[in-house]
Amino acid sequence: MGTTFKDRTAIVGIGWTEYSRASGKSTLHLADEACKKAIEDSGLRVRDIDGVVTFNVNDSVSPQWVAASLGLPELRYHLERWGGGTSAPAMVADAAMAVACGLADNVVVFRSMNGRSGRRPGGSGEHPAPRGEDQFLIPYGWTSFVHACAIFARRHMVLYGTRPEHFGAVTIAARKHGALNERAQLRKPITMQDYLNSRMVADPFRLLDICLETDGACAVVVTSAERARNLKHRPVYIMAAAMGGGPKVSGFSPNTAGFLRTPSHGDTYAKYVAPHLFGMAGIAPKDVDVAELYDEMTFATIFQLEDYGFCKKGEGGPFVEGGRIELGGELPVNTHGGFLSEGYIHGLNHVVEAVQQLRGEAGLRQVKDAEIALSTGVGLTVGGALLLRR
Amino acid sequence: MADYRKPLPIPDQYTQGYWDAARRHELVMQWCPHCGVYMFPPDPMCPGCNSLDREWKKVGGRGRVYSWFVVHYATHPDFAGDVPYAVVLVQLDEQEDLRVPGNIVGCRPEDIEAGMKVEVVFEDVTPEFTLPRWRPSEE
Repeated sequence: MGTTFKDRTAIVGIGWTEYSRASGKSTLHLADEACKKAIEDSGLRVRDIDGVVTFNVNDSVSPQWVAASLGLPELRYHLERWGGGTSAPAMVADAAMAVACGLADNVVVFRSMNGRSGRRPGGSGEHPAPRGEDQFLIPYGWTSFVHACAIFARRHMVLYGTRPEHFGAVTIAARKHGALNERAQLRKPITMQDYLNSRMVADPFRLLDICLETDGACAVVVTSAERARNLKHRPVYIMAAAMGGGPKVSGFSPNTAGFLRTPSHGDTYAKYVAPHLFGMAGIAPKDVDVAELYDEMTFATIFQLEDYGFCKKGEGGPFVEGGRIELGGELPVNTHGGFLSEGYIHGLNHVVEAVQQLRGEAGLRQVKDAEIALSTGVGLTVGGALLLRR
Repeated sequence: MADYRKPLPIPDQYTQGYWDAARRHELVMQWCPHCGVYMFPPDPMCPGCNSLDREWKKVGGRGRVYSWFVVHYATHPDFAGDVPYAVVLVQLDEQEDLRVPGNIVGCRPEDIEAGMKVEVVFEDVTPEFTLPRWRPSEE
């Protein structure tokens, strides 16, 4: 059966604000700035934009406010997804569907958050009442999304012998890449000893396993493949998208999530999403030149390498060793430094980096001749992904 | 007991039976009378047969440690005095995917092992609430 999604749309503009710990700006201000830059980068005029898409966890601004603030003459498509890490690739896919189906011509997609100085989505700084699933978690001190990730990571260690040094290799690679990225907040390279010496937060996770809470916004512009060919930059085509998960998925509660019913905490959403994603694109994992993998924890990189099929199940730990995921390695991962070095703009910053790589605009961190990029979003039992090509 | 300052569960119509049983020092699980599947946390519908009927069924209170973490830095201030403390996810003997979170007692965090046998114990933390916790078991 043919697909009507593949290669029909392209990302033609990217924009971002400064990434910091205290922006001093509203989420509307940050969104305006990122969207304006992305639209300028595309070569379109602001008045050509007729769709606005975003996602948030009640921590940001609606697409309507941004459309009004930008002064769009008409809003034909708007979508405000509620959700966490799974959402960034999914909302780019939402925009692509709207364009491919003719509901809008040019859609700007943004994520804006004061994730450090404002609402911190990982659960630190806020203490919701233990209702719903949280009534079985919070009374026991399971109070953060970090804790939920730790349950998966420990299970992986039990099943497959994954070690702290594997987690360390991920954060070392992220810092190495971030050192080459002017957007990155932490640009100092670190050693394995630095990693092992960093303080334990929720064993098996140390401080250097955990993403940087960040203030900032970024945005991309999605248009049709036809229009893309006459704009400023080489188009980055959206080859394929997939989202979701397997049986007994969990949502994101106000503070954390238990993921208590998932059949196996050794598996994640990517096991279910990957066949649809690669099937739609008509390619195999070995065809991917650069992977921007949602890395709220170091561990997420490891399980995604397995569940997307870059290595066998259980071999994600050994796979990240020996520089294999660093620039010049077998599969460069998170060339911008990811959440661990650049900052946590909830996964849309991974899409921005993928576009830069495919345009050949990544400077010192450019993956030579990158043609196909994977960009993902993680909610552990649910998630989403895009395959992009130049 | 009177000075217990940590967050307490806020039961709802789907979970009240669980906490009522805990006060009686019984561990109960939601159970589907049609297909015999246990589910935790409670859910309005049985995912096996889509029945909206559900019952509370007493379970043996024994299981094995499936996964765990040890908190060294508490994001919630009410737990700051407890670090390091462990939270375990216990797989109950009744069903492979029936897993309950809780704290472990009578075991140092560094001595927790995957697959170790545990049994439920009940701690009356306030006159209204009893929290099921877990301790190592020989059986």
